[in-house]
Amino acid sequence: MKRALRYVIFYGGLLGLWTLLAESKIWPPYLFPTPWSVGQELYGGFQDHTYWIAIAVSMKRVLIGYLVSVVLGMVLGLGVASNKFLEETMGGLLVSLQSLPSICWWPLALLWFGFSQNAILFVVIMGSLLSVTLAMEDGRKQMPKIFGMAGRNLGAHGFKLFWHVLLPASLPFIVSGLKQGWAFAWRSLITAEMLYMSLGLGQVLMVGRDLNNTSAVLAVMVLIIAIGYIVDGIVFKSMERHLQQKWGLTPAT
Amino acid sequence: MSTNAQNVPVQFPAPVDHPPIGRSPVRAGSPRGKIGPASVARPSRVVSPEIPKVGLSEICLSYRTQKGERLLALDHINLEVKAGEFLCVVGPSGCGKSTLLHLIAGLHQQTSGQVLVDGTPVQGPGTDRILIFQELGLFPWLRVGENVEFGMKMKGIGKDEREEKTRYYLRLVHLAQFKDSYTHQLSGGMRQRVALARALATEPDVLLMDEPFAALDAQTRDLLHDELERIWAETGRTIIFVTHNVREAVRLADRVALLTFRPGRVKREFPVDLPRPRLMEDIEVARAARDILDDLREEINRSLEEEYHAGVKPHFATEDEQ
Repeated sequence: MKRALRYVIFYGGLLGLWTLLAESKIWPPYLFPTPWSVGQELYGGFQDHTYWIAIAVSMKRVLIGYLVSVVLGMVLGLGVASNKFLEETMGGLLVSLQSLPSICWWPLALLWFGFSQNAILFVVIMGSLLSVTLAMEDGRKQMPKIFGMAGRNLGAHGFKLFWHVLLPASLPFIVSGLKQGWAFAWRSLITAEMLYMSLGLGQVLMVGRDLNNTSAVLAVMVLIIAIGYIVDGIVFKSMERHLQQKWGLTPAT
Repeated sequence: MSTNAQNVPVQFPAPVDHPPIGRSPVRAGSPRGKIGPASVARPSRVVSPEIPKVGLSEICLSYRTQKGERLLALDHINLEVKAGEFLCVVGPSGCGKSTLLHLIAGLHQQTSGQVLVDGTPVQGPGTDRILIFQELGLFPWLRVGENVEFGMKMKGIGKDEREEKTRYYLRLVHLAQFKDSYTHQLSGGMRQRVALARALATEPDVLLMDEPFAALDAQTRDLLHDELERIWAETGRTIIFVTHNVREAVRLADRVALLTFRPGRVKREFPVDLPRPRLMEDIEVARAARDILDDLREEINRSLEEEYHAGVKPHFATEDEQ
């Protein structure tokens, strides 16, 4: 109850300040619209299905890209963590590759895949693959060794050991990496969509700019933030809470 | 190398016509064949009374310290454990007794020598030997029942049989009503019993226990001693039990093997012929423990001396010696 009240006060204050600034007309309304007109834009966008379609298209792309990078990243990360040679060589390469902004893969993607869905997927995968891989590697190393030994002791080996022991044992240590990978995937997707005109939230954002419609631009930005928050706050939070309960770790307050 | 291992004559009661167990009153009178569902396997029959269940022959283990020096942890260990025997291994900390269990379990590789089970050399882990780790290693993402079931699942045993046996072994350790709990919801003693049930459920011939009761309070420990003895009698497993508590060793064992401080050698073997059930407080147990303690004290003093002289305790690279 108290928490809800704090939220209301904070966001109410923020909206109030915004309205005050907009209504004071320091900047012309077509550059600095009121929250009200952004809200109207949001309502209209959902009414004529533009936003629904854009969200559906973007979510499909990000989900495919993210799933591919999670699977690849797990294999890569575990491989790097379990092999001394790979750890010393590829580990360093992965860290240095991470300093490359994912949109730098865009020109390469265009050359390889042309203006297509695959080019976008490529950028999304490259954006999140590295952080998932590094998180996996880290999680595998942080995982207490006792679980692997106990598993082998009870007759698990090879894929069974990975699937029934190593993967679940490292989950609490990789969940934050999975979350980070999601954030990278989402950002890479929006960036790529802004450069490549084919539906999706990124494109709708650019259309707003082309039409000189600041309200529409802000509305789509709100949407992008909201989706990121929902996935992070609902999907990953509940996953973390579930893991903590199962493992008997006290949830972070 | 291990000349002083023969100080005390080791006496084996010769098991010729009957299974090599049944000396103690508890075991002779226990209704062995009648417990549990028919599908619960007994340990495999002794191939020949001369072949020990577990044989350690000339086991050496050395490893590199962080400074790059080679350190000898185990030095020509020779030990034989008969089928159905309860052997306790005692020694000062750092004598490599935990490492020895890991070698028998096949989780580590010795530098030289052989671990033999039924006369066959051990190559890697196998469910005929299950180790109960000091820190247990229960899987927190699985429920109690799923933990117990785990080994059977890995073996590919069908669901119905798994469930039946899980129920049986949980009842054996008095945890039947905790099947659906998570391990962190249980007390230390209960977790210990889950680990025991999980190990027993794979139906190993040999149970390896690494200081399993060290972290428990005295009452819980006494209770678990009774239970372990009962389960041992009911299931007829061979048990190798590592502890630093000499009285605990005398309380439980048919025979106690004392290891020396680094490098670990078998210093002496003490047969314990006291009638069962025993109590930690029994005067005979105390007397037998004192004999062993006299020998152990020498080793503890040696270990202390070495620590003071070296200034820093040598770092153990093996995972189990944290």
